[in-house]
Amino acid sequence: MKTLSRIYTGLILLFLFAPILILIIFSFNGSSSTAVLNGFSFQWYEELFHNSNILEALRNTLLLAVSSALIATVMGTAAAVGIFRLRSKYLRAALDTVTNIPMINPDIITGISLMLMFVFAGRLFGLTNSLNFGTILIAHVTFCLPYVILQVLPKLQQMDKALPEAAMDLGCTHLRAFFKVELPELFPGILTGMIMAFTLSLDDFVISYFTSGPGFQTLPVLIYSMTKKTVKPTIYALATIIFFVILALLTATNLIDSDTNKAMKQARKKKETRKQAAA
Amino acid sequence: MKKLLSVLLCAAMLLSVGWMLSACGDNTVTLNVYNWGEYISDGSEGSLDTVKAFEAWYQETYNQKVKVNYTTFASNEDMYNKLSSGAVSYDVVIPSDYMIAKMIEENMLLPLNFDNIPNYANIDENFRGLNYDPDNKYTVPYTYGVVGIIYNANVVDEADAQGWDLLWNEKYSGQILQFNNPRDAFGTAQYKLDLNVNSTDKADWDLAYEELKKQEPLVQKYVMDEIYNMMEIGEAAIAVYYAGDYFTMVDAQAEDVDLRFYYPDRTNYFVDAMCIPSCCKNQKLAEIFINYMLSEEPAIANAEYIYYASPNSVVYNSPDYQEEMGEEAMDILYMDVANFKTLYNQYGFLNQSNEMLEYISELWHKVRS
Amino acid sequence: MKSKNTVSAQHGFLQRMLLTPYSIWAILFIVVPLFFIAFYAFTDSQMHFTLDNMRKVFTYRTSQDRSMPYYVMVFGRSFKLAVISTLICLLLGYPFAYRIAHASPRVQGVLITVIMIPMWMNFLIRTYAWMVILQDKGILNGGLGLLGLGPIHVIGTETAVIIGMVYDYLPYMILPIYSVMAKMDNRLLEAARDLGCNGFGVLRRVIWPLSLPGVISGVNMVLIPSVSTFYISQKLGGKMKLIGDEIEEKYANFDFNGAAAIAFIMMVLLLVVMALLQHRATKRSVA
Repeated sequence: MKTLSRIYTGLILLFLFAPILILIIFSFNGSSSTAVLNGFSFQWYEELFHNSNILEALRNTLLLAVSSALIATVMGTAAAVGIFRLRSKYLRAALDTVTNIPMINPDIITGISLMLMFVFAGRLFGLTNSLNFGTILIAHVTFCLPYVILQVLPKLQQMDKALPEAAMDLGCTHLRAFFKVELPELFPGILTGMIMAFTLSLDDFVISYFTSGPGFQTLPVLIYSMTKKTVKPTIYALATIIFFVILALLTATNLIDSDTNKAMKQARKKKETRKQAAA
Repeated sequence: MKKLLSVLLCAAMLLSVGWMLSACGDNTVTLNVYNWGEYISDGSEGSLDTVKAFEAWYQETYNQKVKVNYTTFASNEDMYNKLSSGAVSYDVVIPSDYMIAKMIEENMLLPLNFDNIPNYANIDENFRGLNYDPDNKYTVPYTYGVVGIIYNANVVDEADAQGWDLLWNEKYSGQILQFNNPRDAFGTAQYKLDLNVNSTDKADWDLAYEELKKQEPLVQKYVMDEIYNMMEIGEAAIAVYYAGDYFTMVDAQAEDVDLRFYYPDRTNYFVDAMCIPSCCKNQKLAEIFINYMLSEEPAIANAEYIYYASPNSVVYNSPDYQEEMGEEAMDILYMDVANFKTLYNQYGFLNQSNEMLEYISELWHKVRS
Repeated sequence: MKSKNTVSAQHGFLQRMLLTPYSIWAILFIVVPLFFIAFYAFTDSQMHFTLDNMRKVFTYRTSQDRSMPYYVMVFGRSFKLAVISTLICLLLGYPFAYRIAHASPRVQGVLITVIMIPMWMNFLIRTYAWMVILQDKGILNGGLGLLGLGPIHVIGTETAVIIGMVYDYLPYMILPIYSVMAKMDNRLLEAARDLGCNGFGVLRRVIWPLSLPGVISGVNMVLIPSVSTFYISQKLGGKMKLIGDEIEEKYANFDFNGAAAIAFIMMVLLLVVMALLQHRATKRSVA
């Protein structure tokens, strides 16, 4: 049974990482092909660091993912707290439905509908540059919001309602009770929501494609535009670097984690022995 | 894991804030450029990073910082959609001929002030006053190209490799790649049948449609960028594409693939040209940019990077450039350059009325369904 | 001194106020855009009301001898492929989520990150890489050739599109199921076993019903992008077109009204499907 489960895990991981392996291999290709291997070279890595276009798109993508994740997290957490405290059943049902819409709507529809609206609003107000960083940010926040809310809501339901009340009885202000008592309880949900929002924003192509304008092009939109001329291994080199950076960080934090775990265990042991000694 | 991700998020945040701050600065003017993907020299293999070079040159010459926002589009239609929405403002765009004609008709382009573009003198008479901009008011050509046929000589008999018929040869069923854009795809059928590619008679387009429908069962896939992979590895044996791209494929072909190229008798000539859309915020700056792109160093760098023919005489007369490209490439890319104007005005694509465009996209949809 | 009740009522009121920004945001950017889709779907390019766009979707035929209207057929194909992909994702992802949820906390963390790594790399180039793997002369057939097997023809078939969808969206199935399973009380499973349930019985009567909310959101997160994708079919599907391709083609041909009409119908269909699914799930979990 155990070997079966190991083999199964291995196969799933192989499936998930096969294309990434391909990307890594071809990032060292000697020619510009992404299908035929012609020797080994580092030229695409060199090019990557000289290619201001790709680097700027990478910067934009990160900037967008971070800011939309942050905004969605703050607004989404606030919304979840509010929804949780709602007393009207109908209002609650209405909000739940609205929250579900961006998740049920395919991204192509979210993208097109937002674009149509931005264009319309731009015309209404006579703006000549209504598609910009702001619109793409709004779009990303919008589709990230439900994921944050749905991560935070269950944590609120698990929380002991008496906790904030107790805190306020002890003289905490509302604000203090919220930040000191409620928020820490919600934190795991908030963090998961933020990570999901960041990931979704990073990987989004369709919505960015419809809502972006001059001056702000994300990596996926840049890659999509390489239609007349093809995708070069430069992009693969970038993907490879991202992959190894995440891998390195993962290993590092795991090592730190296990170190702190060990230290904590030792500390606990010491305490216990001291207790025993005292007794 | 969560720690890791929070560390990552913080790092990304710091980085992006830093970048943002570094990008800011007062007294900076911005220039929004909209071009095809991978269509400008970007500093690879020690070449010139044209956009960066322009920024540096501009600061040196005018003692003012300029920030070029360079963004890219996937097709003429994409670009048109963004521009016509009125929600964007670009200063320089580089579409293809038929789209330029459409934009001129719809008053979407500004007439250029050629006083600011002295390097326009580098453009040969052959590339001025072409059909899409007959009075030479709106455009400065950037690249031009010719459509040809690429085939794998290890699969295709030399005897069959002639004219447009190769793309309709049943012997190679399932090995043929056709364009995945209506204008170019219809072009292949129209040249094959010797029809006028700019015909306004629906019956002509119906004939071309019949021809494409006949070809459909033989076609493996309708492609744009996938063509590179598929030809290089021998997944397909026959394709139609732009001349310069043939060399990219040859350079990367697999050992058991032997790619060759030829032009059929009648074929498409296209020009991609720089123009200034009516949403432009800073026309003078846009013209300075266009002028810079015509000067020797950036023009040669771009031509070598894009690998299409350049209409700029400083480029194709440069011995360095000719040497870099090699004799075969020069022959293929600059075939019949002396007759360009005549050939172009006969075979190039022009704009069609909206009604015809609708009809054409309906026919194209039928071909592919 | 205020009574306990008013303090907590005040607290509740203040917290309800936190809803304000989201409510405004949701109305402006979630609800209003939907009206734009509807508006474009029911108007012509002159902004006059018309049912033509809708009628076209339901009646347009590419040739007279086809038994089904064209877009109905494409809708059918898209839903078929999306449903198959979703089921495969569920089949592959469910045991995997179970496996993660029952690993040690440290392994859980590692496995979840490992699953998310591909999502941090651009999905366009991952799909591109699948093209290189699945081609007739690609890496899969190369590998099979070394084993003395094959070649098999995958690229350009429905199988290739399904592989692409399963690959791209599998993490979206695993993550929600995992997060529900991680919270499951293991004592319940033990109790069920003590009461004489065999392994399959525990799965069917205890684990599966408890994990249903995760399954529903997993199905949601896989089905919807699969139905509407246009990049996967373009790269892996050969000449095949899905409904997402049709919307994109209409957009590229400047036919915003036609695109909106197809999008509108897709939106309504998906709303109905998801509502039904949710309804059945709640009914079952109550029972």
